[in-house]
Amino acid sequence: MCLAIPARLVEYLDEDRMFGKVELGGVQRRINTLLLVGPDACEPGEYVLVHVGFALSKISEEEAKDQLRILGEMGSAYAEELQAIGESLSLDLADTEGSVLSVSPQEVRP
Amino acid sequence: MKFADEFRDADLARALGARIAAESGDRHWKIMEVCGGHTHTIFKYGIEDLLPSNVELVHGPGCPVCVIPMGRLDDGIALARDPEVIFTCFGDLMRVPGANGSLLDAKAEGADVRMVYSPLDALKLAKENPDRKVVFYAIGFETTAPSTALTLLHARAQGVKNFFVFCNHVTIIPPMKAILDSPDLRLDGFLGPGHVSSVVGIRPYEFVTTTYNKPVVVVGFEPLDILQGVHMVMRQILEGRCEVENQYKRVVHDEGNPKSLEVLARVFSIRPHFEWRGLGFISQSALQLRDEFADHDAEKAFTVPGVRVADPKACQCGEVLKGVLKPWECKVFGTACTPETPIGTCMVSSEGACAAYYNFGRYSRSRDRERVLAGSAANGERG
Repeated sequence: MCLAIPARLVEYLDEDRMFGKVELGGVQRRINTLLLVGPDACEPGEYVLVHVGFALSKISEEEAKDQLRILGEMGSAYAEELQAIGESLSLDLADTEGSVLSVSPQEVRP
Repeated sequence: MKFADEFRDADLARALGARIAAESGDRHWKIMEVCGGHTHTIFKYGIEDLLPSNVELVHGPGCPVCVIPMGRLDDGIALARDPEVIFTCFGDLMRVPGANGSLLDAKAEGADVRMVYSPLDALKLAKENPDRKVVFYAIGFETTAPSTALTLLHARAQGVKNFFVFCNHVTIIPPMKAILDSPDLRLDGFLGPGHVSSVVGIRPYEFVTTTYNKPVVVVGFEPLDILQGVHMVMRQILEGRCEVENQYKRVVHDEGNPKSLEVLARVFSIRPHFEWRGLGFISQSALQLRDEFADHDAEKAFTVPGVRVADPKACQCGEVLKGVLKPWECKVFGTACTPETPIGTCMVSSEGACAAYYNFGRYSRSRDRERVLAGSAANGERG
């Protein structure tokens, strides 16, 4: 019900921009575009969210890029951390000698 | 599909899940996703499998079909049985059981019930059948209500007098408040409904942060949106912040969509009371057509029974909608109540928590998860 799908606005079908042609999943449909004003004003070629035959809002390419950049950084920070933990010598399971920790526990504990 | 696929990247989702796990510490987190669309994404993409066992997602009341009480559905079925009427509704509603069968049963018995994708389809039917009365059974939150409003304005402009709306539009804030006031549930924060917010903006949730001291993050509907939203709620709490944040900036403006708000105000007024399945009567929680649209108001143009019907005794949709019960904790889940023969609404709609658990096979995994949680809680008490 609250599901909406992204579609590319191909063109407006009337001068008043009441209806527009969108392309989604390889098919073209006519949808109502009256809500695409103000911050959601949209030009052909841009993307909109379609809900029950109406363009609910514009999808901002800039904001999407921004979000993907943040997500990418979060993901890569995690990948780097994984790599770092993998390369850490002191955490090597094969290091049975415990060379780094070759001190008595009393010396380390506060 | 652009703006969908890139937000479904599996590696990135795993990385986010691991990050949430690393930052979640040893406390138990309970975060409610308000919208049924989120519930659907969470099960479809197995988000819970990516989250650590101490981060629990609680499914909220934001499923438009689920919250319709049986009496309102029976009113619809009564309208559908009128021989003059072509009754139209979204597909989700067709199988919802009323006191004496569903709309699908009524259709089998000869009622002219038609499934539509858009209210504009219903308007088109009205234009094509000037000798019949076409009733559109309108449901949905603020996401869908502007579509109904615009359709009515089109009907009026085109002089289509045989188009009627049976209005069951509801608003999201009152049930959120009811849940926050309920003593049954301890929540840490909310994932706010993305598409409702594209209409109303993010300001209406401020009371959750100021009055109830819970963070709200408005989130989108792709898997990475949900995971990022969970992480943002956690960061707020860990950093001692309590704000309304917008994760879904590519669609949601802080002020909402001014045109949608304008047409909502022009066509609808607030109902003094509306009954919600499981939540009971909530004041000022639903919309009705303004008097100037009385000619198109099915509640005024037809005689509707308006009888209040209690939910079936075995059905625990109310507890599921409030997030108090997990779907599989309901006595009839998966036995007497299945998507083919549902007893309650949560098993019917694709956004219902029960249907999501059932259809995506999350049942056994979720139970395993529950056992882990119960075990760690017991250990915690002993410690």
